[in-house]
Amino acid sequence: MNNIVIIAKREAKAYFSTPLAYIFISIFCGLTAAFTFYLGAFIERGQADLAPFFESHPWLLVLLVPSISMRLWAEERKTGSIELLMTLPITSLEAVIGKFIAAWLMIAVALILTFPIWVTINILGNPDNGVVISSYLGSWLLAGQFLAIGSALSAMTKNQVIAFVVSTAACFVFVMSGLETVTQALEGWMPSYILLAVDTMSSLDYFEEFTKGIIDARAIVFYITTIVFWLFINVVVINLKKAK
Amino acid sequence: MANFIVLDNLRKSFGNIVAVNGISMTVDKGDILGFIGPNGSGKSTTMKMATGFLTPDMGTSHICGISMNKHPKEAKKLIGYLPEGAPAYGEMTTIGFLNFIADVRRLSGKERSLKISKAIDRAQIKHVLNQQIDTLSKGFKRRVGLSQAIMHEPKVLILDEPTDGLDPNQKHHVRQLITEISRDTAVIVSTHILEEVDAVCSGVILINKGNVVLNGSAKDLRSKLANHNAVNIKLRPENLENCKRLLLTLSSISKIEVHEETQHNVNLKVLPKENMIIITDVAKVIADNKLPISDISVDQVRLDDAFRKLTTNEIGISNE
Repeated sequence: MNNIVIIAKREAKAYFSTPLAYIFISIFCGLTAAFTFYLGAFIERGQADLAPFFESHPWLLVLLVPSISMRLWAEERKTGSIELLMTLPITSLEAVIGKFIAAWLMIAVALILTFPIWVTINILGNPDNGVVISSYLGSWLLAGQFLAIGSALSAMTKNQVIAFVVSTAACFVFVMSGLETVTQALEGWMPSYILLAVDTMSSLDYFEEFTKGIIDARAIVFYITTIVFWLFINVVVINLKKAK
Repeated sequence: MANFIVLDNLRKSFGNIVAVNGISMTVDKGDILGFIGPNGSGKSTTMKMATGFLTPDMGTSHICGISMNKHPKEAKKLIGYLPEGAPAYGEMTTIGFLNFIADVRRLSGKERSLKISKAIDRAQIKHVLNQQIDTLSKGFKRRVGLSQAIMHEPKVLILDEPTDGLDPNQKHHVRQLITEISRDTAVIVSTHILEEVDAVCSGVILINKGNVVLNGSAKDLRSKLANHNAVNIKLRPENLENCKRLLLTLSSISKIEVHEETQHNVNLKVLPKENMIIITDVAKVIADNKLPISDISVDQVRLDDAFRKLTTNEIGISNE
């Protein structure tokens, strides 16, 4: 068995042997349902698609993913188990990837468990299931990006609350950077290349492509590169700060 | 190659504070090195560098000839390490944790179950296998950490305060275990319990403020005190002067101190020159002159005193 798999297995067990996974999954499913039916007027709008369901995802993930990622490294550093982990024949990179994969898979489980809403829409009408699948994929990639950001930030502190707040803020920035209000506010006084950078870094824009049923290579590359980038930062931070 | 652990001139600073200032040591197969020093003297930092958790600013750590710096993964395979405070994953059960370690150590099949059960037996944790580690007492946590460190029967065992938090029975058991394991292993044990040094260690390194103060044996440590091999005599006050006069004729004696003088008794401490063993000479003088004494004994230097002398300036006596 590969070290990454060993770490991921241990982490996954930890999620499901504590209430963490169950609470996360229940709250995620509960909140998506609440957003869809009450705020999204799922029934009243009379359309056979899951747009109101997926529209809520970026905002829920901004809040919920950091609640998973905050413990990834802050807890290891706080309890000192990082010293055990890093003196086993495992590299920092393997540990970072293993932990990331376990958390990302747990989020995948949460997404899969929202299937009743997909069943519902198929009973009520004839939705475009391709769009539904690409939306789920977009949602999962977005969660992966938030998770990578949160994991790297979690390595910077021993305090899980700080890790949570800072990660939420960082993920929020990534979502907000695509909104017109933000780009408009920057327009005129910021150089155009920064505007362009802010606009292209928007996680929300790429996510919306997925919800339209478009699986664009650029979007996938965007998410994968940001995940790789933040996990790289994560490894660097671990190596620098593990003993402090 | 008998030098299982070779640390060469390890240095580490945190900001302006020099935690470890050029520490070197070698530990051979079969040796148990007692690594002692006051809190904050750099013991744990040294062990963290030896095990590859910390990268030294300078110097190298070699485990069975493998450089920790160049081949950390290979070197770490040969080490069993119990970090300070025996950290573990608190939400796991003891057996779950041991299975995880067995995975990481690439143990499989029959060898795996054999080594896991051997580690359980050796650390005596059979009764807590299905308990969550967070709910265990300090002593059991320590022993779970120990079982983790010894499971793969490493060539090098590095234990940071392994008996901290154990009761006297458990301490005894852990010391026996360390002695048993050391036959095929090079062991470093850090401790601030000096009786441990006497009980298990073949060598001792004392550090203070990041520097090696003493590298030798427990005997060497004791000899650093002037009253090493001193003789205590108890007698009646009226015989004091006569006794002092006769003893001072011995060439092996440096001086005589008078302690605890009461109406009926006085205690003499006869200090030797250069740690010489003087009890025979002293006894002979007493016997030859038929001096009426009520007690005579060799002063048992406590390692604690030697430790304090070498790491503070509180006890200033020395014969050097």
